[in-house]
Amino acid sequence: MTFDAWSEELAAAVLEPCQGDETMVLVALQTLQERFGFVPAEGVPLVARLCNVSRADVHGVLSFYHELRTSPPAGRMVRVCRAEACQAVGARDIERAFADAGHPVGSHSESLSVEAVYCFGNCALGPTVEVDGTLHGYCTEEIVAEALR
Amino acid sequence: MRIYIPADSSARSVGADQVAARISELPYAEIVRNGSRGLAWLEPLLEVETEQGRIAYGPVRVSDIDSLISADFAHGGPHPLRLGNIEEHAWFAAQDRVTFARVGLIDPLSLDDFRAHGGYAGLSKALALSGEEIVAEVTASGLRGRGGAGFPAGIKWRTVLGAAGSEKYVACNADEGDSGTFADRMLMEGDPFTLIEGMTIAALAVGATQGVIYVRSEYPAAISTLRAAIATANLNGWLGDDIQGSGRSFDIEVRSGAGAYICGEETSMLESLEGKRGQVRAKPPLPALKGLYGKPTVINNVLTLASVPMVLADGAAAYQARGVERSRGTQVFQLAGNIKHGGILELPFGVPLRQLVEGFGGGTRSGRPIGAVQVGGPLGAYFGADQLDLITDYEAMLAAGGMLGHGGIVVFDDTVDHLQQARFAMEFCAIESCGKCTPCRIGSTRGVETIDKIIAGQDVDTNRVLLDDLCELMTDGSLCALGGLTPLPVRSALKLAGV
Repeated sequence: MTFDAWSEELAAAVLEPCQGDETMVLVALQTLQERFGFVPAEGVPLVARLCNVSRADVHGVLSFYHELRTSPPAGRMVRVCRAEACQAVGARDIERAFADAGHPVGSHSESLSVEAVYCFGNCALGPTVEVDGTLHGYCTEEIVAEALR
Repeated sequence: MRIYIPADSSARSVGADQVAARISELPYAEIVRNGSRGLAWLEPLLEVETEQGRIAYGPVRVSDIDSLISADFAHGGPHPLRLGNIEEHAWFAAQDRVTFARVGLIDPLSLDDFRAHGGYAGLSKALALSGEEIVAEVTASGLRGRGGAGFPAGIKWRTVLGAAGSEKYVACNADEGDSGTFADRMLMEGDPFTLIEGMTIAALAVGATQGVIYVRSEYPAAISTLRAAIATANLNGWLGDDIQGSGRSFDIEVRSGAGAYICGEETSMLESLEGKRGQVRAKPPLPALKGLYGKPTVINNVLTLASVPMVLADGAAAYQARGVERSRGTQVFQLAGNIKHGGILELPFGVPLRQLVEGFGGGTRSGRPIGAVQVGGPLGAYFGADQLDLITDYEAMLAAGGMLGHGGIVVFDDTVDHLQQARFAMEFCAIESCGKCTPCRIGSTRGVETIDKIIAGQDVDTNRVLLDDLCELMTDGSLCALGGLTPLPVRSALKLAGV
């Protein structure tokens, strides 16, 4: 995935549909993340102004949702399902394999982010891991090794 | 030569796209990317249209394709992966596909295909009825909310219909966050028009003109499929102004969640739809009276709304005739976790758990004895192998100290660590708590600590009493089901652990 470098003009342009609508704060933040890969600090006052809410309100929304990021994404994004159906078929082993390689769930480096997800809805074919947006069912050591490469 | 290869996310997670790419190189192949038939362990399941009907092969890996071509699979030729007509497969034939009738059968985004298989028959009938008549039909069908709470859909709709105000909403809850559930996703990916039809009928019933579908962001394919289907429905006069010349209008918008389990709780979903932190609202007021933007709102789960077209098309009596006691119609069970034959099973209510996990499911994938079965998602109870004779309907599950929830069934083998599962239930609540009420926000964290002490063998008896007390407080004092039901998996798992 490629993202644009932050620009206030570009941000204001993509946020046009949210203008003056306080119910669009979450959509505005999602839109910024889609465009820039994360929500830069400058995005908070901008969304506040456009949607006519306080910066505290915007920060409240930004910090509530697990998926909204305030720092640039890593070169590779891995999301590991940690929920029960995947636990039943070895999700904890998958988690451990990433941890053993120095990338525990919740860790972020420039090259690799490993995040937890609670269910991809692939519960009959787990364990499930997503690598850069591609879902892998029956996740094996080979898929983990490939993700760590 | 028409060849069906699912574009379902689950099928894609095991290579359906690679299979489709390879098959598309065959000059005679006309590929249709359908939904999944729901026999997950056979994915990628490929079907070819032949003179003998649709012949299935699966699970097909890219490495199987050369031998399939040699076996003349395009004409249904014999091959070790040949399954014959999938609708005659024992797993499929025993089902009663009502809500899922078209999933996997049709091209999800073909309105013609949808209509050729009975699509929009329900809405066509509804267009000739008054709101009261539609509500009466849905009430008579006995349809109850499939999201987990099991509240009668007709009664909810009647409240919205009777609410004052001209501005009303239909909000579809597609924030299917429970582990072990994937029916909403499969329906949205495999038959999106059915959901659109159901929502439109709901709108006609209560007098709403705007609908919204809140889909979790973990389901990107469902989001794009729904958006495409909505655009097609609009173009063809099934949404928008003056639906099919009736003078009625209805629009649907799709909104994406942002990774918060709690947003599947209806009031939290409303907050999120209004752009705010997804914090639970206190009830009353009911969302039916003061919902989205403070207006009367029908909130139903995907499967509830997707069941409505059939109720209207075939009549309430046909739907009501299925099921047992106060659980009428069909339930879409989802077999998941450590299960040999996982997938979607649509059956009338009243099936024993054993028939689901041992009969259909074939036991564990690992081949080991069953150690635990969690029914109803992360807030559902764990049952032991000796409790499999339970009947899976709303009341029987409640009576057994569990809940049916959204119909997800997660199987564990005997290597399961019950104490770890109890700990996870508390941990999950701590991670996903919206923070509004103290029992859930603080209780779950203290719960994890207390279970850790029990695991470490520290003052086990005292901590056990403390944990029980905490569970009682969370049950009684939490604002919503997250804190209120977390004690279900915690206590049942502890019981299985013998602690």
